[in-house]
Parts: sequence; C-alpha cells; structure tokens
Amino acid sequence: MSISVSTLSKSYGRQKAIDGISFEASAGKVLGFLGTNGAGKSTTMKVLTCFIPQTSGSANVCGFDVNLHPMEVKRNIGYLPEHNPLYLEMYVKEALGFICDIHQVNDKQKRINEVIDLTGLGDEQFKKIGALSKGYRQRVGLAQAILPDPKVLILDEPTSGLDPNQVVGIRKLIKELGKTKTLVLSTHIMQEVEAVCDQVIIINNGKIVADDSLGSLKASHHGKTLEDIFIELTNGRREFGQG
Amino acid sequence: MLAILYKEITGFFSSLVAYITITAFLTVTGLFLWIFPESSILNYGYAGMESFFNIAPYIFMFLIPAITMRSLAEERKDGTFELLATRPVTDWDIVSGKFLASLAIVILTIVPTFIYYISVYQLGVIKGNVDTGAVIGSYLGLMLLGGAFVSIGLFASSIGRNQIIAFTVAVFLCFLSFSGLDSLSQLLALQQVNTYLAALGISQHYQSISRGVLDTRDLIYFLSFIGLFLLFTKTILGGRKW
Repeated sequence: MSISVSTLSKSYGRQKAIDGISFEASAGKVLGFLGTNGAGKSTTMKVLTCFIPQTSGSANVCGFDVNLHPMEVKRNIGYLPEHNPLYLEMYVKEALGFICDIHQVNDKQKRINEVIDLTGLGDEQFKKIGALSKGYRQRVGLAQAILPDPKVLILDEPTSGLDPNQVVGIRKLIKELGKTKTLVLSTHIMQEVEAVCDQVIIINNGKIVADDSLGSLKASHHGKTLEDIFIELTNGRREFGQG
Repeated sequence: MLAILYKEITGFFSSLVAYITITAFLTVTGLFLWIFPESSILNYGYAGMESFFNIAPYIFMFLIPAITMRSLAEERKDGTFELLATRPVTDWDIVSGKFLASLAIVILTIVPTFIYYISVYQLGVIKGNVDTGAVIGSYLGLMLLGGAFVSIGLFASSIGRNQIIAFTVAVFLCFLSFSGLDSLSQLLALQQVNTYLAALGISQHYQSISRGVLDTRDLIYFLSFIGLFLLFTKTILGGRKW
C-alpha cells in the first residue's frame, strides 16, 4: 500500500479536526476525499505531507512513517495545497526550476518542458506567475506537484476556480496520472468524483462515514446519486450529533 | 539548502531590494565620510576610517531589518511556507538558506566601500599611512555584526505574518543588543553586573575586533550570537508542530 493510515487523530487545542481515521490507498487508483467544509480533509493531507504532525495514530507513505522518515516521505509526494500558494513574483519557468533544484532533478530543462506540455502551460510559460489568471495559476501549482515525478500525488481541491474547459483538461490529466500513481484528491464537486475517482472516502466531523469503491457505494445505497448519498451521510450524522 | 539560497538571492536582485539597499548604504556612508563636515575624513585630519566604522552599525540597524523582514513573514502570509516545508528540505535548510542569502546581500553592500580605503590610502600625507590591520579587523567585525543583525532580522521575521512588526522588532533588538546593553551597563544601579552587561552587547566585541586584534572570544561571541538566533528562528518555524 502506498498510503496507509491507521487510527489517525489530530486536535487543534480542544477541537478534534480528525478523529481516529483509517484508510489505505494504492497505486493505479484515484482516491476521492469528500467531506463538508471543516470535516478534516485538508488536515489529513497536511499530516500525510509532514507539514503538521498527528496527535495520535500513524500514517505511512510508500512504507515510510511520516514522523520517523519525513524526508523520504516528502521525496515521494507531490502536493498541491489548498488555496494553491505560489511565488507570485517568480516567472513560471523560474518557479519550476526552483522545485527541480530542491528535488535535484536530473536534466532539469527537459523535465520542465515535459511538465509544461502536460499541464498545458505552453502559452503562458514566459510570464510571471502573478500575471496569470486563476486557472493558469492552478496549473502551475499542479505542474509543481508532478514535477519530481512522485509516486504519490496529493491534491487539495485541484479544480477550484477553473472554467469548465479547464476542468475537463485537468480531470483528464488527473485520470491519466492516476493510472500509474497513487492519487488522493479532495473536492466538493460530485461530478468530479464520478468522473475521475475509483475509490471514495466520505469524511464528516473528523470521522470516516464511507470508504468504498464508487460502484459498490452506489450499489449499497440502492442506486441513489452520489450527491444524495453524500447529503444523507453528512447531514444525517450532524443532526444526530447535535441532537 | 543551495536551492533556497539561490532562489533568495535571485529574488533580491529581481526585485529592487538589493539595488536600493546597496545604493542607500553607499550614499549615506559616502555622505558621512566625505561630505558632512563633522565626520568627514577630509576635515578630520587623520588618515583613518573610524568614522565609517562608527556610523555603519547604525545604518545596518535599519537596513538589515528591511532586507530580512519579508523573508519568512511573507512566506507564512502567502502560504508558500507550506509549499516549502512539504518539499524534501529540513527547517534548518530553510533557515540557513535564507540567512546566507541575506548575509550575501549585506556583504555585497560592504564590498564597494573598499574604495574608501583606497582613497584614504592614496590621500595620506605619506602615501599608504593607514593602519591597514585595523581596517581589515574592522571589516571583519562589520561582517560579523552584519551576520548578527541578519540573524536577529530572520528571527523577527519568523514570529509573525506581518512584515512591519518584523521590521520594528528587528530594529529594536538590533539597537538593544548593539548599544542598548552597553548604555544600560553604565547605570549606577547596575554597577555590580556592568561588565557582564557590556560583554553581552555587540558593541564591545565589535570595537575589540576593530582594533585589528582578532580575539577568539569575540569570534566565539559573534558565532554563538548568530547560532542562538538561528536556533530561535528554527524553533519558531517548528512551532506548527507543537
């Protein structure tokens, strides 16, 4: 298993962001991480990328524990954080070059050109990142994530702020990347899950409420749409929790 | 680490930071050294560079915090720190890369002032009648002082997301550690600890190196000062993990 998480919890002060979640993800599959706002999706991703440590439980990426071997974990992960932070004053190629330097990529120029082709940045490659529109910035973020050719890709809301044409393009790319890599993405868009994901995890208030393949999840809910399943699982639990 | 160092230096030169810093420093020291009658070498009558080395720390006190204030505060504000921290680099790589980059800019601002030394050398009544040893020592002291101020600036930049706070805190700490402690030690009430207070301040060690005698105690003082503030910075960056 490329990613294996067991009874992982993370608290911010007294608030539990994630509460004892366990799941696994393997190569060749796209894992969709669904959940309401504040359900703990981004927190899980931050723990997996060694940005913040968990409160308890364990997480492994490519066989390396995130606390014991953070450098190995980070070497194997490509991460697109939420809100897509970028160095706005850098040129597109400069930023990609910087990422190459950090990862000590051999044959930098060749790899940069490959990634620019893959993400469709060709026309914008000589601009400053600050001068790009949101959709193109998202592509730069994605390009930075896939640049070192990592085994695991973690994308936090990769298609937010894109126009419909760009969404189709990025989804196609994700699907393509998912064939060979372990890919985890979080999203609010149900159509996106239906379009690209093989496995779905629905998380609510820090707990996993569903973890299944897309097909069997639908089958077990008598052919309801994914949207209905999501509302049922997240809303229902919340009312229960508040009551 | 080298990737971060390279990125930071490119950043300084592709924005106006490096050029403005160098120009400002050279203009101000040039004015003090050659134009303003009170401190001008031409009016002073002695072939020495004391007035340059006396004024430089006070200019650095404002210039260096201006160079370092954005280095970590901006990364945190824009969220790019997450981008950096999730790459295969350690927090030490980030801190040392940024430290060395700012130090490189500081050294680059000092280097053109060698021309002042050459001028003084040529202008002496007996040509070359300058205390070269003291000048070399003073330059070394100035670089170490620059390093100490950069480490303070980096620390101030790490404590928050606001660059103005980073600047203000850095100026305050630079002032306190350079001349504040020295002045405090002259208080009558602190008579018992005055030598320790003065020894804690940068000023005493800076002046000691300026005499042209490199005492290991001064060298160790500066290196441990820098190390301590870099350690503080690294600890604060690691604060997300607490």
